[in-house]
Amino acid sequence: MRVNLTVNGERRRADDVWEGESLLYVLRERLGLPGSKNACEQGECGSCTVYLDDVPACACLVAAGQAEGREVRTVEGLADGDALDPVQQSFVDAGAVQCGFCTPGLVVAAHDLLRREPDPSDEEIREALAGNLCRCTGYEKILDAVHSAAGAR
Amino acid sequence: MIPFEYRRADDVSAAVDTVARNPTASFLGGGTNLVDHLKLGVATPEHLVDVSRLPLDDIEPGPDGGLRIGATARNSDTAADPDVRSRYPVLAEALLSGASGQLRNLATVGGNLLQRTRCAYFQDVTTPCNKREPGTGCSALEGYQRYHAILGASRHCVATHPSDMAVAMVALDATVHVQGPNGSRSLPAEELHRLPGDEPERDTVLEHGELITAVELPPLPFAANSAYRKVRDRASYAFALVSVAAALDVDDAGTVRDVRIAFGGLAHKPWRAHRAEAALRGGPATDDRAARAAEAELENAEPLAGNAFKIPMARGALTATLRRLSPLPTTR
Repeated sequence: MRVNLTVNGERRRADDVWEGESLLYVLRERLGLPGSKNACEQGECGSCTVYLDDVPACACLVAAGQAEGREVRTVEGLADGDALDPVQQSFVDAGAVQCGFCTPGLVVAAHDLLRREPDPSDEEIREALAGNLCRCTGYEKILDAVHSAAGAR
Repeated sequence: MIPFEYRRADDVSAAVDTVARNPTASFLGGGTNLVDHLKLGVATPEHLVDVSRLPLDDIEPGPDGGLRIGATARNSDTAADPDVRSRYPVLAEALLSGASGQLRNLATVGGNLLQRTRCAYFQDVTTPCNKREPGTGCSALEGYQRYHAILGASRHCVATHPSDMAVAMVALDATVHVQGPNGSRSLPAEELHRLPGDEPERDTVLEHGELITAVELPPLPFAANSAYRKVRDRASYAFALVSVAAALDVDDAGTVRDVRIAFGGLAHKPWRAHRAEAALRGGPATDDRAARAAEAELENAEPLAGNAFKIPMARGALTATLRRLSPLPTTR
């Protein structure tokens, strides 16, 4: 089947999509956007988090056909050219990235949190990022990064 | 994953007709459970009818002064609705205690009600499971039992229903509206899910092709004083070991005029606690009476070797929930 969608502001089309593919697969393998990561494939780890019609969602659980006509913003769409989004820069500066696999999903989830709550508490950050698993950092540096990004905005 | 045909439904009748006519067809809602099951091989539909974009996402006053929540309303939108938050806080709390933000943004009310058990054996196609493959046996009877039932189970199945939202809806005496090939009908949320008996493959009383179109909450003024408490293995993003949905109406003297209680995590369905409610009415909502009410409800509990902890946990959860809702000073 054919899937038409808007990705990072551009109209895109994917052809010969198999019904069993996920939005994540379409983004990574058909549209050349490997930023969103494929880890658990069952909505548990949040590594594939993208904005879908302006709210964060696990792209691995969206069947390709369900993405038809919708608007997607991936981690690749957060930076303004070469200038990283404050959330991305804060993750780099705080050392909130170790193996990096969870980072794109965490960046999108943290970006969404700061749109809704510009100065979140530790508790609010933990709850907002509960759907994003990191097995390296122990989360402390990630909390630092979100606080720092909140200050930078 | 087996090959399947995907089709997006434009209207309710066409969606119902398509699925009803084809025994290998399934409705697809937000996808948070079914898309996962397609990958795991737990579900093998040959046709998916996507109902997630049907125009059923309104949350609006019901004809009798209650609140009607359309079946495709997203969990996050329902939890954020001002009427839900002020008039039925137990429902908002239950929704926000489930899953993660990324999943609540996808999940729908209808799909949440129809999600399937998270029993590890049900989701693992290499193990016997009567719910997934009738007649193969129940692996949990001799296996991992931490998340399993202590009420209403059978020797065929000891799985629990995982929804938090449904527990709140059952406590609130919600009505589920359904459209099927033979027309529409309505049923109490309490009667939607069934106990496993010897047909654990059937989670609900719905027939193939019946589609949930809305859930209606009755006007229940004291539901403004309601709460959801979920006990789990970590602070967020985990299924309930035990949960309690409660609404409490007490008079100025502290006497319980009326109360609604349902438990999650204890049974194959959200467990409406009629016995506990009866035990509480007419007296004060003290810790002691709450504990005795829980014991009355759990009198016939049959815990497995691995989950007997759920009895004191349910007692404690009910006591703590009612304490939060009670205006009584600490005469406990």
